[in-house]
Amino acid sequence: MTTPGRKALLTVLVVLISAWVLFPIILIALASFTTRTQLYAWPRSLVPSPFSAETMRFFVQAQDVLQSLLNSLLVAAMTIVLAVLIGAPAGYALSRFRFGGKEVFRLGILGTKMFPATILAVPLAVSFINWNLYDTLLGVALVHTTLALPFAVVITTSVFVGVPFELEEAAMTLGCSRAQAFRKVAMPIALPGLAAAAIFTFVLSWNEVFAATILTLRNRTLPALVMNAVGLAGAPIDYRFAGGFFMIIPALIIIFVIRRYLLTLWGVTVR
Amino acid sequence: MTVAEQRLEQTLPPVRRQAVDWLPYVLLLPTVVFLAVFFVYPMLQAFVLSFRSPEGAITLRYFQAMLKDTYFAGALRNSFLLTAIIIPLQVVLALVIALLINTRFQGHPWFLFICAIPLGISDLGAGLIWSSFFTERGYLNLILQNLGLINEPITFLSFERPAWLYGAIVATEVWRATAIVMVILVAGLQLIPKDYFETADVFGASSWRKLRYVTLPLLRPALQTALIIRTILAFQLFATVIVMAGRIVPVLAGEAYFQYGLLRNVNIASAYAVLIMTLSMTITIFYLWLLRTKEEELGRG
Amino acid sequence: MADIQLERVRKMFGKVLAVADVSLHIKEGEFMVLLGPSGCGKTTLLRCLAGLERVDGGQVIIGGDDVTDHPPGKRGIGMVFQSYAVFPHMTVFDNIAFGLQMQRVSSAEIQRRVGEGAELLQIQQLLARYPAQLSGGQRQRVAVARAIVMRPRVLLMDEPLSNLDALLRLQMRGELKRLHHEVRSTTVYVTHDQVEALSLGDRIAVMKDGTIVQLDIPDRVYDLPATRFVGSFIGSPPMNFLEGTIRSSNGARALETAGVRLEFHGVPARGRDAVLIGIRPEHIAVERVPVAGGIPAGAIPAAVVVVEPIGPQKLLTVQVGPSTLKVTTPVDFAVDQGQRVWLRFDPSRIRLMDPQTGDAIAS
Repeated sequence: MTTPGRKALLTVLVVLISAWVLFPIILIALASFTTRTQLYAWPRSLVPSPFSAETMRFFVQAQDVLQSLLNSLLVAAMTIVLAVLIGAPAGYALSRFRFGGKEVFRLGILGTKMFPATILAVPLAVSFINWNLYDTLLGVALVHTTLALPFAVVITTSVFVGVPFELEEAAMTLGCSRAQAFRKVAMPIALPGLAAAAIFTFVLSWNEVFAATILTLRNRTLPALVMNAVGLAGAPIDYRFAGGFFMIIPALIIIFVIRRYLLTLWGVTVR
Repeated sequence: MTVAEQRLEQTLPPVRRQAVDWLPYVLLLPTVVFLAVFFVYPMLQAFVLSFRSPEGAITLRYFQAMLKDTYFAGALRNSFLLTAIIIPLQVVLALVIALLINTRFQGHPWFLFICAIPLGISDLGAGLIWSSFFTERGYLNLILQNLGLINEPITFLSFERPAWLYGAIVATEVWRATAIVMVILVAGLQLIPKDYFETADVFGASSWRKLRYVTLPLLRPALQTALIIRTILAFQLFATVIVMAGRIVPVLAGEAYFQYGLLRNVNIASAYAVLIMTLSMTITIFYLWLLRTKEEELGRG
Repeated sequence: MADIQLERVRKMFGKVLAVADVSLHIKEGEFMVLLGPSGCGKTTLLRCLAGLERVDGGQVIIGGDDVTDHPPGKRGIGMVFQSYAVFPHMTVFDNIAFGLQMQRVSSAEIQRRVGEGAELLQIQQLLARYPAQLSGGQRQRVAVARAIVMRPRVLLMDEPLSNLDALLRLQMRGELKRLHHEVRSTTVYVTHDQVEALSLGDRIAVMKDGTIVQLDIPDRVYDLPATRFVGSFIGSPPMNFLEGTIRSSNGARALETAGVRLEFHGVPARGRDAVLIGIRPEHIAVERVPVAGGIPAGAIPAAVVVVEPIGPQKLLTVQVGPSTLKVTTPVDFAVDQGQRVWLRFDPSRIRLMDPQTGDAIAS
């Protein structure tokens, strides 16, 4: 039973934790809207006045930023296409069939999820040079797909489990072949779930730093670009602030949009 | 034998042989092939690169070079230390959040959403965000100055203040990655049937006892999963550290990056990769053993 | 419309023989019911007929065509599933029209046929709705309409009423019967509910352990069960069984049970001495103590164990020796637990079974 004391404790905790999460984001937003000169000024007030988009504009116009933004989007798009095209059939197979080796495959996928896969970018860098994939967006997309594939398989399995096989059977009695039944009945119903898998894959690819940094030289994604600028060249604070804010915007928007499915999505992917 | 089986014995052998359905295997093939090429192969390649000399013989020289490297000892120590500090903090915090959400108080979906925001933030993004706080012209200094506690900005993130560097990294990682553990735990909590809690209530169990004897044991599988995933991710910690502390605080993944990107030592970088892989495997097995759930406890069978 | 020939159909799941070499001939326009408890193979047999399961042996012939190797879409069947399997992402209209669209029927013709089907099932006003907005009964009608508009040679139904509540089930049963009268399609109907079977079927195939135990018209399945299993499965309350013996006295063989000689004219001339007597509750007359100063002739004494008033009747559970029987009496029959009553069996309704095999003994 919730006594007033416990309720107070609960409220305090909730407020504290929420503030702790939101505070840094608000700070970096504030920083991004401060003019460049003000950022370097000392002392200054916490709240910028005036609000200015100067810093952000500076970042976007900085060397290669726009291009790397585009690259990130391209890589994410390629990753989504690959991960869904490759993973969805496997998810369908796992949801519908009983066959020899099913458990082995399942465990394999689980093992892949729990593996430090980004580290594999190091040996892959060598292979990619031989395969002409080094410093290409496709190369990065392939590594991102490797990261996303286990999740795509798990998500699509659960999605297709939620589509009763009887629906496809009914379609077959009405004249469909197996493939047609899948296309006309299973796919449309599974689409929202597949969209969820796509969104998850996007966030994963957009945020990935290590592999993108190792595998690219000139065709950098946004994280790789910023990483390089910060890690090796020691970028100035206005660059860092705006860069940081910029990088988190898409993910923030996406998490907000899918907030209702958040739990099912993440809960499912890691079970 | 059942009647049906008896009848089978008496009848003729089957007229038709059911063909093996190849469809599931065809559907799995792309995934298997893809993972074989981009996962299994690089894994083996990492071993090859770190153990094979240019002449083709097996050698330990790269591992020796790695071990003798000035940054190695620090990297190993830091990776372990940071992991050991960050993860318990995160698990406790995630558990608190998960339990709070489980009470289903008014507005708890919003609370869940807020706490889940860091899920969409990369370690690089988090590093940049928190560096805006700790940096010389950053907000910590600003706040202290506005409170009248200091006049000149303090350089927190410097060579001379290793504790601050550590603290900043820990704060950032706890802030960013607790969400990962939290969602797993919330999902795990939802799986526990309410009957268990209600039964405990009927027997007059206090909240603490309920937590200790009902919730935590039933949460073990989720905890196990969360710990494994989180720990493995922790050993891959990279961008946060570099943004905050550069190479002042070396970590294993960072060293792999520098060996490859800066020093062009593919083999030593691979040695680091192999080390990280092996550590991750060992830890996974350790967790699986430590938190193994007995079948009977789960009520199966 | 087409007739159906099932020739020695066999289906195995792993080591389990679900359908054991079943042969069945269903006439054109006939309403055939496959009846049996769970696991008897009736649904598997239906699915083999539909082509949703590949048979391990035997043949499926519809309207003279051997469709054993054909996929479901090419057998000319229409099917209604237990869960209705109505497509949730399509309107009712699109659901019903689905099969016709697969056949590339012209949209004018589709409009016409869907309209006809909707009218037949009385769901015209629901055509623009989505299945999520419909009740269970309405969804079921959509499923039936969807199958019927295909004008299939054969209509297959897998326990279509079992997900409905009792009242709705009663109503839909009548609807299905009316429908069958109008459309006259060859129908194969699977159910575990014996009331449905008796009401709807032109013939009933009672199944157990993968084989057909009795194939006959409802009246005969009810009145002349082929085995003890059929007798106790059909009828509610089911048929009673108790031990009987055949004793010769004065050169004549007579049937006895619990020491009482029964009036019965079908005693087999020779052979067995021990039999199983089957008699339905409604064919047992229950009488209280002696009518006119004596025990009624041929009456069996029984002890009343439970008295259940069940609306139009009273249901008594009585004990005769080691056997427990159920008997029905008029509502005003005054009786209490623990009392003694006398039972008399209608001689024309006594059925004899072999105590070992359970098979009926011809009389």
